[in-house]
Amino acid sequence: MSNIPETGRTSRVTVRLIAIQILVFSLLLTLGGRLWYLQIRNGKEYANQARSNHVQQVIDPATRGSILDARGVPLADNQTRLVVSASRTDLLKIKDRGKAVLARLSQVLGMPEQEIRNKVRLCDAKTPQPCWNGSPYQPIPITDKATTQQALQIRERSEDFPGISAEPTAVRRYAAPGDANSAQVLGYLSPVTDDEITKAKDSRSPLLRSDQIGRSGLERTYDSELRGKAGVTRYEVDNLGRVIGKAKSDRAVPGSHVITSIDARVQAIAEKELDQAQKDARNVFDKNTGTNYKADAGAVVVMETKTGRVVAMASSPTYDPNAWVGGISGKDYAKLTGKDSNYPLLNRAIQGQAAPGSIFKVISTTAAVNAGYDFDGHYPCTSAFNIGDQVFKNFESENYGAISLGRALEVSCDTVFYDLAYKQWQKDGGNNPTHPADWFYKTAHQFGLGKETGIDLPNEVRGRVPDRQWKKDYWQANKDGWCAQGEHADDYVSKIAKENCESGMKMRAGDSVNYSIGQGDTLVTPIQMAAIYSAIANGGTLYNPTVGKAIVSPDGKHIREIRPTAHGKLPDSPKTLRQIDDALAGVATRGTAAWRFGGWPQDKIPMHAKTGTAEVYGKQTTGWFATYTKDYTVLMTISQGGTGSGSAGPAVRKIYNALYGVDDSGQIDEKAALLPQPQASLPKIESDGTIQAQPIKPVSETLPDEEEGQQE
Amino acid sequence: MTASHSSRTFSIRRYAPEPGAWGKITARDSVVRKLDWILLLSCAALSLIGAVLVHSATRNRTELNHGEPYFFFLRHLLNTGIGLALAALTIWLGHRTLRGAVPVLFGLAVVLALLVLTPLGSTINGSRSWLAIPGGFSLQPAEFTKITITLGMAMILAARVDAGDRPHPDHRTVVQALGLAAIPVAVILLMPDLGSVMVLGAIVLGVLMASGASNRWILGLLGTGVVGCLAIWQFGLLDEYQIARFAAFANPSLDPAGVGYNTNQARIAIGGGGLTGSGLFRGSQTTGQFVPEQQTDFIFTVAGEELGFLGAGLIIVLLGVVLWRACRIARETTELYGTIVAAGIVAWFAFQAFENIGMTLGIMPVTGLPLPFVSYGGTSMFAVWIAIGLLQSIRAQRPVSAAR
Repeated sequence: MSNIPETGRTSRVTVRLIAIQILVFSLLLTLGGRLWYLQIRNGKEYANQARSNHVQQVIDPATRGSILDARGVPLADNQTRLVVSASRTDLLKIKDRGKAVLARLSQVLGMPEQEIRNKVRLCDAKTPQPCWNGSPYQPIPITDKATTQQALQIRERSEDFPGISAEPTAVRRYAAPGDANSAQVLGYLSPVTDDEITKAKDSRSPLLRSDQIGRSGLERTYDSELRGKAGVTRYEVDNLGRVIGKAKSDRAVPGSHVITSIDARVQAIAEKELDQAQKDARNVFDKNTGTNYKADAGAVVVMETKTGRVVAMASSPTYDPNAWVGGISGKDYAKLTGKDSNYPLLNRAIQGQAAPGSIFKVISTTAAVNAGYDFDGHYPCTSAFNIGDQVFKNFESENYGAISLGRALEVSCDTVFYDLAYKQWQKDGGNNPTHPADWFYKTAHQFGLGKETGIDLPNEVRGRVPDRQWKKDYWQANKDGWCAQGEHADDYVSKIAKENCESGMKMRAGDSVNYSIGQGDTLVTPIQMAAIYSAIANGGTLYNPTVGKAIVSPDGKHIREIRPTAHGKLPDSPKTLRQIDDALAGVATRGTAAWRFGGWPQDKIPMHAKTGTAEVYGKQTTGWFATYTKDYTVLMTISQGGTGSGSAGPAVRKIYNALYGVDDSGQIDEKAALLPQPQASLPKIESDGTIQAQPIKPVSETLPDEEEGQQE
Repeated sequence: MTASHSSRTFSIRRYAPEPGAWGKITARDSVVRKLDWILLLSCAALSLIGAVLVHSATRNRTELNHGEPYFFFLRHLLNTGIGLALAALTIWLGHRTLRGAVPVLFGLAVVLALLVLTPLGSTINGSRSWLAIPGGFSLQPAEFTKITITLGMAMILAARVDAGDRPHPDHRTVVQALGLAAIPVAVILLMPDLGSVMVLGAIVLGVLMASGASNRWILGLLGTGVVGCLAIWQFGLLDEYQIARFAAFANPSLDPAGVGYNTNQARIAIGGGGLTGSGLFRGSQTTGQFVPEQQTDFIFTVAGEELGFLGAGLIIVLLGVVLWRACRIARETTELYGTIVAAGIVAWFAFQAFENIGMTLGIMPVTGLPLPFVSYGGTSMFAVWIAIGLLQSIRAQRPVSAAR
């Protein structure tokens, strides 16, 4: 600036001009700062937004992999069906919000209008099923059973059906080869929810709106393998959705196939026999309750003893998994989950828990031996056992005099175990324990009870070992209720409550005595017991049971085998194990299960068994039947079915008959044997995706078998 | 500077031989040599960058460009040319000559603005601020009032100071000047063109500050503005949707389909540009036409997306250079009139640029204001170039100072 004084220039104006200049440049600086913040600091985020802004994705769904049985027979595969679906976005654009369209549609499809309307409404906290829990922008399937004629009607009169489409779509099919429906093992699919999409966004297998997700069973465990990756064609679009170019596209990668160790033929027989066993039990009179047995539920597991692989697993009551395909109807959903449904969705082989009854005695025997008792010692098998004024009956057995532990297993003598457990309880300090050894409880834990077996199916339950810690926790949680109820102790229940209130935190003599024969608070699942009996058969290895055997790429080239893994060793010496094994063979030949194995070719296929009958408060007894040969463990349980051998005996025998080709007279017909040895090899999948599978016959000849033969 | 020139410098011009054309242009006291070339070149650069950005924003908009991808590009260059010519005319006339014509120009601008309110006016984007003239052209008279309000107020405020009567304008003069300013402001409020009113407010403030009017007036004016805004807010003079539209720049969810959408898309476009941008004509937001009004009000988003922080930053720097030169001219002129005019122009450019870029960056409310030189639009281009002409002529007509 010039220092010559100028007219019209006062210091005030100069100061003001400088102020203006400072103001102006701070404004520009603000702009620069903000520009830096948007472009450099947060640039990546906006770049992503810009990308999603101008890219429209067209999704080409991946074909979901099949679930195959051990020989390649598809248990779950895909089928092309005509799916009629409605686009909510289009319907809501119509004046009456699509009411008239849906009404017309109900006429064409022959479905009640209300049902269609329910199917296209969105799920929220207040809306009962059926409702749509997928994305509101995705076409909502109304039916996947449209006939060609119905589809044509809809397509030809498209002006009458705005927002409605009828297109061939690959949908899941649970083929039930040979009537082996395996519902709970296979599980089911349902559309992905918004939450899941958000969660899986940054994972290795992000989900798309159109995806279906496995909700239970194998469909859930192996979901990411089965699902594959949907193909996405990305188009660059402008603000009006006009395509202005094609961006990076990914081709659809079909899902892999899961080969299971399930043998559909054995599975079919297991299911049929489980059902038959329950039907038979309902014809048997129960003296205790004065009615016939209810036999309301049951489960059976057929397991390879040397690997823990599951050859068959059935749970009753069961259902048709195809009910889920294409969206479940309201009626079906109520039938599957309602109060009166008896919960067929539960896989009782891994989710049903009950007291084990006498099949627990292998654990008590091990506990006694490990506590120092001689296996071949002499233990009094009396008809009853007294502690003070309490009498513990010898339920399944009678007075056999002094017998060995092996014989006690054979005849299932309760009093032998009562006595041992009582002595052990006393040794541990009785009501005032000091550093108790707790052999009987420790052994149960060592056998893997009270925790999951680790089977490759979701939501396995743990069961329960009612040890001291559990008693304490349980008492803490319940004492208030017990003490309140026990205050006016006059009836039986209140007396129990009073007793529990006062001493429920303690391990009482009666608890230990009951526990030793598998009664009381112990809970086990069929799969736990199957794993234990398999371990006894295989020399002591507790395998994690598996259903999946291998994951095979769709072209059959890449195979990932799922190898058996173990989660423990039985705490038995080889000698004890042999002795128990012998005793269990004795059960099948001269003990409690002998009447069910009459004529069995024991010299060729040594059979081992243990029966169990668990008391359940307020219900009829639960029957358990645990059996094994050197190859297979077959374990069946029937809830409210009476004794184990009585209810499940014939069914288990028939499963063995089928496996080994044994007839009722004990002759072995090797040609009739379904699986005299576990299936070791994997079925071959051709490079074109076809699978060579043997056709299989249904167990019952009444239904024509459409699903046999080669499947893609 | 050549030797022959320097010998001539000391000659008495009247007796010297008539110089040739080149000599005239390069003569020490020639207008060309007195021009602020930095200012001029910066403005030209901004206009050319503007032409390229306008082209990028419009080459695919067939519904706008009549199927000719270069339609807007050429029009923008034409506008720039006309603007340059108008600037030259202004310099040739000289601001002192124009000072005499200010009442006429002021009246003319107000009349043009009033015509907008008659059936001759047309409404674009909810604001009736356009005047359709024969030949398919349209005019935005509010742009011219930005010049005339500066000139008019400067004339009144500087009259007695430049005459040497008093050091600062007195209260009466200030009242007169404000009264004069109120006329175009009122007319434009009726359109309503809120953006232009805000610019006029900034000009009035800048003019008053530069005039040396009492601090009370400056603070009073600012206070009135704040109280006015609060009153509008409190007494619900605007409908809720109008307030929502106004506030949507900060919270796009207030008006997600309207202003919020623009703001959001603009921010995505600029943010997505990163350091170096996606390259000219390669911006997906621009190519996909996600940002509305992109060749005019949202032109800065094209720069942000396709040229990145470097390119968009360059525009801000160039604007900074223009404002720096303008401030310099305001400081160095000897007459208060020239100072006030230059300061008014600084306030105008600075506020309009800040508002325009600020709204694309999401820190200012969305109003329909063009970015000086860069945005497409004839009237605006003419007005800013006339303003440059005024600045140049103020600079040219002051005595050359020793310390340049």
